[in-house]
Amino acid sequence: MDIDLITNILFAMVRTGTPLLLVALGELVCEKSGVLNLGQEGMMLMGAMAGFAIAFTTGNLWFGVAAGIAVGMLMSLLFGFLALNLNANQVASGLALTIFGAGLSAYIGSDFVGKPLTGMEAWVIPVLSDIPLIGKALFAQDPLVYLSFILFGAVFIFIYHSRPGLILKAVGESPDSAVAVGLSVIRVRYLAVMFGGAMAGLGGAYLSLAYTPLWSDNMTAGRGWIALALVVFASWRVGRVLLGAYLFGAASILHLVMQGLGVSVSSNLLATLPYMATIIVLVLLSSNQARIKLFAPMSLGKPFHKTQ
Amino acid sequence: MKTRLTSAGLLRGAASLLLAAAVSSSAFAADKLKIGFVYVGPIGDAGWTYEHDLGRQEMEAALGDKIETSYVESVSEGADSERVIRKLAQSHDLVFTTSFGYMNPTLKVAKAFPKGAFMHATGYKRSKNVGTYSARFYEGRYLTGVIAGHMTKTNTIGYVAAFPIPEVVQGINAFTLGMRSVNPKAEVKVVWINSWYDPAKEREAAEALIAQGADIINQHTDSPAPVQAAEEKGVYAFGYDSDMTAFGPKAHLTGSVVHWGGFYTETAKAVLDGTWKADDTWGGMAADMVKMAPYNAAIPKDVVAQVEGLKTKIIDGSFHPFQGPIKNQQGKVVVPEGTTMKDGEILSFNWYVEGVQGELPK
Repeated sequence: MDIDLITNILFAMVRTGTPLLLVALGELVCEKSGVLNLGQEGMMLMGAMAGFAIAFTTGNLWFGVAAGIAVGMLMSLLFGFLALNLNANQVASGLALTIFGAGLSAYIGSDFVGKPLTGMEAWVIPVLSDIPLIGKALFAQDPLVYLSFILFGAVFIFIYHSRPGLILKAVGESPDSAVAVGLSVIRVRYLAVMFGGAMAGLGGAYLSLAYTPLWSDNMTAGRGWIALALVVFASWRVGRVLLGAYLFGAASILHLVMQGLGVSVSSNLLATLPYMATIIVLVLLSSNQARIKLFAPMSLGKPFHKTQ
Repeated sequence: MKTRLTSAGLLRGAASLLLAAAVSSSAFAADKLKIGFVYVGPIGDAGWTYEHDLGRQEMEAALGDKIETSYVESVSEGADSERVIRKLAQSHDLVFTTSFGYMNPTLKVAKAFPKGAFMHATGYKRSKNVGTYSARFYEGRYLTGVIAGHMTKTNTIGYVAAFPIPEVVQGINAFTLGMRSVNPKAEVKVVWINSWYDPAKEREAAEALIAQGADIINQHTDSPAPVQAAEEKGVYAFGYDSDMTAFGPKAHLTGSVVHWGGFYTETAKAVLDGTWKADDTWGGMAADMVKMAPYNAAIPKDVVAQVEGLKTKIIDGSFHPFQGPIKNQQGKVVVPEGTTMKDGEILSFNWYVEGVQGELPK
């Protein structure tokens, strides 16, 4: 492998990992508050559809991005109402959200299937993008990739170095104690759920506006689920979410690159690479049950009753 | 309890929305021939289902008020398809099922409706009232190969392929033969993505190929994502199924385009006249079932002339893309000079011709 090829693989790795990173960061914040939302796939699809539809109609990609985020938040409010106000089973509500999002996006988006759209163009940063190997991956991407870097930093600081981050974790670890010190559990959880929705919508919009600028039914192809797995994979640590997203991105392009290089391994086998990588890491992590328990927010998935 | 009902209601709401989206039929007059179509994807603006729907519209325009058509979009090839085909068969005289995976469901439903006429696209099983039809895509692919042979500078062409089945291998071989006929140094790199329609995967595959030196991308998958990727990276591309120029005005050289309108009209006429028989149709350029998308202005005039000349020869039968000598990857002549491959051999390709890199996945 020559330098050019590695540079290109790193570049593609970041691009492929970006939607996963965005969605997983959102879900991480959501789960830190103690809410498990399995509706990522549905919110992503709605974000992708709305983003494309608005960008196509208005001719402005940024309106599309805003629409994707807004629709993701709206979807998450629906989930919030079920799971937080009505105390419905979070797993069931999340699954319902995914099925609902898949159906609704296919229905509303049917007029936009396969329409051509000029996608988001790269902002190549001079000088920096010429750094060998990593320059292209970090400094010759489209604006949404840069935004994902910023959001990563923001979530990192928020979780580990801010007071609101402490409140979020307190609510996720022990909602009863949080109430005792005067915090509003429901409000914090709503905000966390909405942030998760916004990020899922943005991740979807990234797919339909930058990654493959077109809309088609089910175009997220399971990325929402992978993002969910990533959060566990990362054992609820922000830095590991980033690593995991890019690892998965690399795994899912490597099999294509290897085929092109003429490595004679079954393409079916190679296509399972990213999934095998996920399973291996999950197995390694879960070999130590205590560690998983230590990192998972204590109240994850449990409804909160104020009267308790 | 209340909350349970709410989430179940949500699901039901989504399901009914889906149903409303799926069935878009209209009221029927009594004496018209009713024709139903089952589509595997959304109609959209390009691709496989889009072309079938253009064919349906062309048939409607040609036969006017003698017929009445309806269609169901995005019918997955599993258990759903049998239900949809059955529903259509109850109220239609002629049903077209337009994807390979509908083969067995079509045969099963046709048995229950012996008076109905059924046509299944790209299958190989027939019965008393189930006919089959497909197009000789390879004729168009050979011509795109000739263009690629002239246009490539790196002598590497990337091919984004769906599944390693004979139909796809047939296309790769036809393309490679066309390419090598004018440029014996050029080679084809194939990347399998194991899906017919996955825009993200198709794009990743195209980008991986471009990064490895391909200056032309060809595809045997349904989305325009490879053409988009080529446009962005400043290389050339061939579309497939339909004219994909809109997705890459600079990149899109041309493409092998399928055209069903004439065939649909003929079939409907035959049913109207009572002459319809459940046989097999495999038509190419001569039958007007395969066409070329518009040529990009970047293709030199003499190349276009050469391709058009070959097209005329394919149509009048004086040239066949799979006529010998054809060598396999080891350089051994498999089809000797003076012989042409039989349809059965073309339909069961399990080897690469000379000029394709790598091994065919088993």
